[in-house]
Amino acid sequence: MNFDYSEEQQLLADTLKRFLATDYTFEARTKIVASTAGYSEDMWAALADMGLLGVPFDMAYGGFGGSAVDVMVVMEAIGEGLVVEPYLATVGLGGQFVARGGTEAQRQRILPALVRGQAKLAFAQTERGARYDLRHVATRARRAGDGWVLDGEKCAVIHGGCADMLVVSARTAGHPTDARGISLFLVERDLPGVTMQEYRTIDNLHAADIKFSSTPVSAAGLLGPEGDGLTLIEEVVDYATALLCAEAVGAIRYANEATLAYLKSRRQFGVPIGSFQALQHRMVDMFISYEQGRSMACLACVKVDTADAAERQRAVSAAKIKIADACRHVSQEAVQLHGGMGMTEELKISHTFRRLTMIAQAFGDVDHHLERFAACG
Amino acid sequence: MDLNYSPEEEAFRDGVRAWLRENLPDDLRDKVVNYQELSKADLLRWHQILAKKGWVAPDWPIEWGGTDWTVVQRYIFEEECGAAGCPPLMSFGLRMCAPVLLRFGTPEQKQRFLPRIYHGEDFWCQGYSEPGSGSDLASLQTRAVRDGDDYVVTGQKIWTTLAHYADWIFCLVRTDPNRPKRQEGISFLLIDMRSPGISVRPITLMDGGHEVNMVFFDDVRVPLENRVHEENDGWTVAKYLLGYERMGTGRIGASKRELARLKELAAKTIKDGKSLLDDPRFRDRITRVEVELMALEITNLRYLDQLRGGRAPGAEVSLLKIKGTEIQQAISELMMQTAGPLAQLFRPVDPEVDFDNFTASLAPRYLNMRKTTIYAGSNEIQRNIIAKATLGL
Repeated sequence: MNFDYSEEQQLLADTLKRFLATDYTFEARTKIVASTAGYSEDMWAALADMGLLGVPFDMAYGGFGGSAVDVMVVMEAIGEGLVVEPYLATVGLGGQFVARGGTEAQRQRILPALVRGQAKLAFAQTERGARYDLRHVATRARRAGDGWVLDGEKCAVIHGGCADMLVVSARTAGHPTDARGISLFLVERDLPGVTMQEYRTIDNLHAADIKFSSTPVSAAGLLGPEGDGLTLIEEVVDYATALLCAEAVGAIRYANEATLAYLKSRRQFGVPIGSFQALQHRMVDMFISYEQGRSMACLACVKVDTADAAERQRAVSAAKIKIADACRHVSQEAVQLHGGMGMTEELKISHTFRRLTMIAQAFGDVDHHLERFAACG
Repeated sequence: MDLNYSPEEEAFRDGVRAWLRENLPDDLRDKVVNYQELSKADLLRWHQILAKKGWVAPDWPIEWGGTDWTVVQRYIFEEECGAAGCPPLMSFGLRMCAPVLLRFGTPEQKQRFLPRIYHGEDFWCQGYSEPGSGSDLASLQTRAVRDGDDYVVTGQKIWTTLAHYADWIFCLVRTDPNRPKRQEGISFLLIDMRSPGISVRPITLMDGGHEVNMVFFDDVRVPLENRVHEENDGWTVAKYLLGYERMGTGRIGASKRELARLKELAAKTIKDGKSLLDDPRFRDRITRVEVELMALEITNLRYLDQLRGGRAPGAEVSLLKIKGTEIQQAISELMMQTAGPLAQLFRPVDPEVDFDNFTASLAPRYLNMRKTTIYAGSNEIQRNIIAKATLGL
């Protein structure tokens, strides 16, 4: 048993911490968020230069061949810094579909470019009315010659607007909520019939609603086996969920540090408010949420690499439940303990509150995972 | 023991409900129930509709425009306004400055300010908190120095709600910094927001909205006659206001309306082929909040009954604020959760497109509601009040 970071992982963590402290200050991030694109190409290039985009991908494609725990180190830093660049969408979702389900030709076409920072990806899955049910795919792919034609609407595609390539789930057979009959397609964003409506999210990211109107996809665009895409979807979404738990841990760590610093420095009634026992106990509870959350993120990131499907689902659902509770608890307490200042746009703590709030509802809310965990037996 | 309203009280309620249905403009109601920002003109329009009816200041003495309503009728009126989706009345003039003037003001001050407050001609804001004085209000530092017929005021206030709309501000200032106890040496001043030396800076909240401000006072001259009550005894005025306010903080009518909206929203949201309202887990959470609201309502009525019987309820009324705000927050959180993965919607990049503005209002509202447990005396302070004054701890 070993819960420590390896030397390499620790080095990565330290490098990232330094990088964030100098190149991704809250002021720098504020400017990036305010920009039209909502992310920074310079930052993206910097992440590529540091080799971060290649961490989980095979060395044959220019990657590091790293585990989910290696990516966890990066995700914690992303959470702590509230980094808005499309890392999870590209490395944790889109790239994973290509790496796990792609042909060698598809991997060669996409992964090296991704690792170099020249290709961003997004995963277009969610549809209106689907909520968190991954089987709910009404977008259709009809056979047309050698290829297909896509029709349908996806919503809430995180970082869809800046993606060069979309991984799209579409139904080649069956009814909209059948488990069988779902296929995955690689769709370049500038293909005919692809229209995007981009929006800012409440937690300072960008997402998009994407419509496909008779979008032609060639035979080379099918990713994985036709009609049997759900298994890969569940696997990749679990992987991304584990990474998201790690991001939450980083954000929670920041929230706790900031709140603790505030309790120690804010004086009212002649004393630091951190001297009030009622607040001390609440700060301790936030610490406990962090510790438990970190443990579960470790569990999830280890299991997505090592476990079979049933054990993986159980671990990821348990982690998401615990992390969602921690997100809610810590974010709410952090704002409350900061008093009026916690409500302001100006302070990083309110931005952290928003990110944690959205993480709690991403890739399945608590209810969704309670049900999935119970179904795992 | 009788939990019911009397037939007269029920008739009164029905009358209020009917009048509101007839006289609350649809466009204002729509803004309120869809969580859209209300402009100053919106707030004034509703204020003036109520003023014309004679219902804008039910608590005031009749000679100044109040009604002869009992405490229960006043409560019914407030709850019906909340339930109907009326815009909030800006309480700083009507329910804070006015009671202070009625209790402590000179005849000249009453004559000058009360009618203008009543008719919505002066918009008031409250200058209490400072960056260094939040929960510890008595530590405030904004200084007022006598100079001839004026005070000269220097300092800053923070969290000043709607100062950017305001014509006047009532402020607690320090007129004597050399008293042994901080509560001594404070005075209550009425200050014209157009005075030279006043500047207002907006504070953006995390939902992207603008409701609070910083107000800076740079050698602002305030006539001595604008002081209410004795110099250096302003804390007495502040305490009177705090006690006066505590009964009105449950917002039960508005929360009932929100709960009904939540159920509507849950009924329309599909999860696994059923509505979210039929999902036992989600339904249980709604039920819990509904039960809390019932308990709050009955408790509020019990306290009202005490008031009516001439027994002033004690510090325990702080629980109305604690529970009322926690319920407001719980409802806003459940509403956000109905949106599931779509809760993240905020603003379209292209403002011209069709956008689901209602879904995009749910998370911002959840964010905005976090202020309720912080403002008007944080829930921690409210618990301290109960602990000390009710439980003797």
